[in-house]
Amino acid sequence: MAIEELPENVVVSKLDELASWCRKNSLWPMPFATACCGIELMATGASRHDLARFGAEVFRFSPRQCDLMIVAGRVVMKMLPVLQRIWQQMHEPKWCISMGACASTGGVFDTYSVVQGIDRFIPVDMYIPGCPPRPEQLIQGIIDLQDKIQLEGTVGGREFDLRARQQRKRSLVELPIVKTSGLILPR
Amino acid sequence: MAVRPEVIAALESQFAGIAPSEFRGQTRVTVPAAQLLDVLTTLKQTHDFDLLVDVTCVDYLNYRDATNRFGVAYLLANTTTAERLTIRVMLDEPNPAVSSVVSLWEGANWLEREVWDMFGIHFEGHPDLRRILLPDEFTAHPLRKDYPLQGRGERHNFPVLTRGEG
Repeated sequence: MAIEELPENVVVSKLDELASWCRKNSLWPMPFATACCGIELMATGASRHDLARFGAEVFRFSPRQCDLMIVAGRVVMKMLPVLQRIWQQMHEPKWCISMGACASTGGVFDTYSVVQGIDRFIPVDMYIPGCPPRPEQLIQGIIDLQDKIQLEGTVGGREFDLRARQQRKRSLVELPIVKTSGLILPR
Repeated sequence: MAVRPEVIAALESQFAGIAPSEFRGQTRVTVPAAQLLDVLTTLKQTHDFDLLVDVTCVDYLNYRDATNRFGVAYLLANTTTAERLTIRVMLDEPNPAVSSVVSLWEGANWLEREVWDMFGIHFEGHPDLRRILLPDEFTAHPLRKDYPLQGRGERHNFPVLTRGEG
């Protein structure tokens, strides 16, 4: 039976898009603030820059309640096991923002104790440059992450499956060339 | 404030082998390691240097005109007269060791643990000589000059978490 006509208050969508829309507008950040980037992170959450406009103002210090880890500041080798344990305690689906030069690359601290980029040891979804980044940059990073969640997100979290991500996109897979008589297709 | 000359004179008459000197109004005394605890006990009990400001260390590897590898410095202060005095002990490898002063100043506990952590100076008689800043499994003493700035791979030696293991 075909539907003749939809009422005006009904929207047809995909469940994946609906779930991603809910998730992206209700990010709960876990502030892993270890240095001066943490001050900018606090300013972002405060009234002047008002992260609540983007639905991510509910900072929780318990990893069980969060789905967005914001690593703000340098991570030393004594702190990295703590970071990894907190990341593992967060529930799926979860995302990670590497905020600032130190979290992303180690920054100017090219020394024995500072980890040279947290993406060596935990997955990172968004990198924010700056030393430290201004709150506007962090907000832009969160907006970009929201776009990424909307575009890639699935209900079952298939976008986090590494093997599926590494498979070639269907549009990039070479289709077999059908030879027709008398026509030579260029390779 | 510079130390009164009679304090230095009393020290010199009591202990042979100590070498006082002065630089820009600041007095420092170099003491043999064996006499350190006696000198500091005298300074605290007789001359009223009641505050241990800091215990720290310098690695003189490749330093010009240096004859000893390490110099452990004790910064003392007399809170009544505001005098400040630096006591130095020169130590050498292997096994640089000096007696602990925790029995005189309780506050030396963590200060000596930091010097042990960063320079590997062994403080004999310390009640709890563990690392204080670096993790326990760290093997080197990174403020020594022969330790490379970027380490020996300690910062890379961690498991890698991927999405699947989250």
